[in-house]
Amino acid sequence: MDVTVKLTVNGQQKAITTDPRRSLLDVLREDLGLTGPKYACGEGRCGACSVLMDGKRVLSCVTPVSKADNTTIVTIEGLAKDGSLHPVQEAFLEEGAAQCGYCTGGMILTAVALLQENPHPTDRDIAEGMNGNICRCNGYPKIHGAIRRAAEKTKR
Amino acid sequence: MTGEVVTKTSETKRSSPSEDSPCEVQLSRRAFVQVVGAGLLITVTEGISFGQRRGSRGVRNVAARLHVNQDGTITVMTGKVEEGQGSRAQLTQAAAEELRVGVAKINLVMADTALVPDDGMTAGSRTTPSTVPAVRQGAAAARELLTRLAAQQWSVDPGALEVRDGTITHKASGKIVRYAQLVQSPEIVEAFQRSSPAEIPLTPASEWGVMGTSVPRPNLRDLVTGAHRYPSDIARPGMLYGKVLRPPAYGARLESIDLSPAEAMEDVVVVREGEFVGFAAPTTFRADEALRAVSETATWSTVSQPSSDELFSHLKQHARSGRPSTRGSLERALADADKVLGATYEVAYVQHAPMEPRAATAEWKDGRLTVWAGIDYPQRIQGDLARALGVPAEQVRVIVPDMGGGFGGKHTGEAAEEAARLAKAAGRPVAVHWTRAEEFTWAYFRPAALIECRGALDREGSLVAWDFTNINAGGAAIDTPYNTANTRILSAGSDSPLRQGAYRCLAATANNFARESFMDELAAAAQSDPLAFRLAHLENPRIRTVLEVAARHFDWPARQKKVTPELGVGLACGTEKNSVVAACVEVGIDRARGEIRVCEVCEAFECGPIQNPANLVSQVQGCIIMGMGPALREAMQFRDGRIRNASFATYRVPRFEDVPKIDVHLVDNPDIPSAGAGETPIIAIAPAIANAVFAATGLRIRSMPIRLPGTNPA
Repeated sequence: MDVTVKLTVNGQQKAITTDPRRSLLDVLREDLGLTGPKYACGEGRCGACSVLMDGKRVLSCVTPVSKADNTTIVTIEGLAKDGSLHPVQEAFLEEGAAQCGYCTGGMILTAVALLQENPHPTDRDIAEGMNGNICRCNGYPKIHGAIRRAAEKTKR
Repeated sequence: MTGEVVTKTSETKRSSPSEDSPCEVQLSRRAFVQVVGAGLLITVTEGISFGQRRGSRGVRNVAARLHVNQDGTITVMTGKVEEGQGSRAQLTQAAAEELRVGVAKINLVMADTALVPDDGMTAGSRTTPSTVPAVRQGAAAARELLTRLAAQQWSVDPGALEVRDGTITHKASGKIVRYAQLVQSPEIVEAFQRSSPAEIPLTPASEWGVMGTSVPRPNLRDLVTGAHRYPSDIARPGMLYGKVLRPPAYGARLESIDLSPAEAMEDVVVVREGEFVGFAAPTTFRADEALRAVSETATWSTVSQPSSDELFSHLKQHARSGRPSTRGSLERALADADKVLGATYEVAYVQHAPMEPRAATAEWKDGRLTVWAGIDYPQRIQGDLARALGVPAEQVRVIVPDMGGGFGGKHTGEAAEEAARLAKAAGRPVAVHWTRAEEFTWAYFRPAALIECRGALDREGSLVAWDFTNINAGGAAIDTPYNTANTRILSAGSDSPLRQGAYRCLAATANNFARESFMDELAAAAQSDPLAFRLAHLENPRIRTVLEVAARHFDWPARQKKVTPELGVGLACGTEKNSVVAACVEVGIDRARGEIRVCEVCEAFECGPIQNPANLVSQVQGCIIMGMGPALREAMQFRDGRIRNASFATYRVPRFEDVPKIDVHLVDNPDIPSAGAGETPIIAIAPAIANAVFAATGLRIRSMPIRLPGTNPA
């Protein structure tokens, strides 16, 4: 039986009537056309589907859309404000921290959440905090560098 | 004819020969090329495809490679795909360099069979040695023709002209003209369409202004904002999502199936063509519901399949004979030698597991098929689709949006064909996105290898005999770079239990793992230092250089003295695809937990003149860490025709916490042509780790993944 889920996505209010068992990822991508969150594992093991739900990083591929009722979602498309990039996006750009880029949106949102909780992470904190996100190009060194760079930006 | 395809940056203003819009759709191929040659318009009537010309050498005129737009931008066309290896930046640089314009002026159209020439498959590190020169040649020819025209118009010697920023200047007279002005001339239209002038000299590496610099990926911003549309992000009006029924095991045949549970679902399109059973529905979830409802009714016949436990005996048993390449007299050398060693190495099957699994969207319109897909060779898939769907190739257009990784694993177009079948039946566009489990199970694998080695030393500890047979994996980098008078080298086929194919650097990883491990065994038998033993047998100056660079920066002699049972160092080197690599590593051994941890990697790499240093660093770092996966953990487990670890939960790929301290040293070698660099840096890491494990523990682990005895698969 379909249900109606109300949520705010990237600042816009949405009401979606759908099967509550569908994943938040599928609804974002297929119903709302937000393809920034990616499918890559379908079991919450790689972080490519990461979005912010009420400010916290969630894995949208294993989050039923019913759990998103009355929440505020930010996808990678909604992170930049008024055309200016978020400092973490800027840092990824400056560091050239993307190869194929398929993991990049998830990496950035995970890093945003990480830096909100811990604005001055050690290298160890970054590696631990990002360990749920896979990059198969194995561009980890530059991603790590970008997150460090973003942390330094916000320090100033 | 149906509509036109106009790239977003092209100018639509036209001059002769095609003044009126209605004429566009009736252009002959020749007229079409002329229009493109004018540099004012990219308008393609569907059905005309440059893709029928095979290989970069097929591009004989400037018009097929590029055109100059009225706003001064230049559209450059290539059949290569971008999948994270950096080809978009590199080819943009190549064109900008020879056209004497900034990279911002170049708009690179990649991998669209309606627009681009056939530059061959994106594979084998061929973009750098083949496509970069082809693009540079086209760009240099355009610059030359434009310069000649300016000289002719001004009645001056072309040698007196200066070309910079898309502007041609005659200093003596103060005359100036922009490319965009010149391309309005009918003469240039014709010149761009004629065969390119032969052998325009390319800018030597010493004079590069754009090549050789760290140009970022041109669409990088779209990657960090989520704006870029990958193959799995392509959506079309009215599109459905498809799912395909898979056999429960390799070799299983469909005996019967009841489609009625899916047919009862009003919003689901059910397709059966022979053994192909698929579903298209408004959402992925719904298509999956249909699939699950029907799967339960299917009955299958199965056949016995080898399991991963018996893989290597199976490969050995089915090894085919072949003709080895030989030098000297191996058997006599073995008989006369002071010491003879033999060892057998094993390399497991692994998957590429790119972040983006296979994905395609297909759309039919008036009998014509357009497919957006994540594949490595648009022109080949165009042909494959035409055969599979029974339409002429001219009516098939394949577009490859920059995609989410490949690593050699996307040479085939399964999802494209599935989407095309479903879309045809549904009468609507259909997207097929493989799941991770499908990608792990039904994509092809890197071949497993069984490698048998024999080697012999004389009294002085010199290598006098080398016998090397790779069963199943292939012959990439199978030849030894080490001096040995008597050799026998063979790549033997076998019966592969899994579907196998290309992977970053093919069999070079397996062959280098065995060779460089075995060289370490021989060095130990000769009571020689692994570095000294290699250098004593190595003439290739390029390999010697990277080996010495890596060893120096790693501080090899001092680090060797610090080896303990818990901390080992090892090194390895090699060459493939005309580039050279050496790595020194330090590993930590945790015997209680049975763990090998790579603490540090120092790798030196040389591929000729460096075209993009930042991208090259990314490729080398990526190869090192990617290579650590199959070196330490990755291995397909299978039984009864089923993959038992078809997920990221059960198949452990490298993660942040696995990343060691990495020290990359790029050696620039301007004296030779640039070689590709996306693959070879992967081949040294596994043997260097195995050698470091030996240094610490005295245990020679002769299999990939390298695991301490008694430990279970990760």
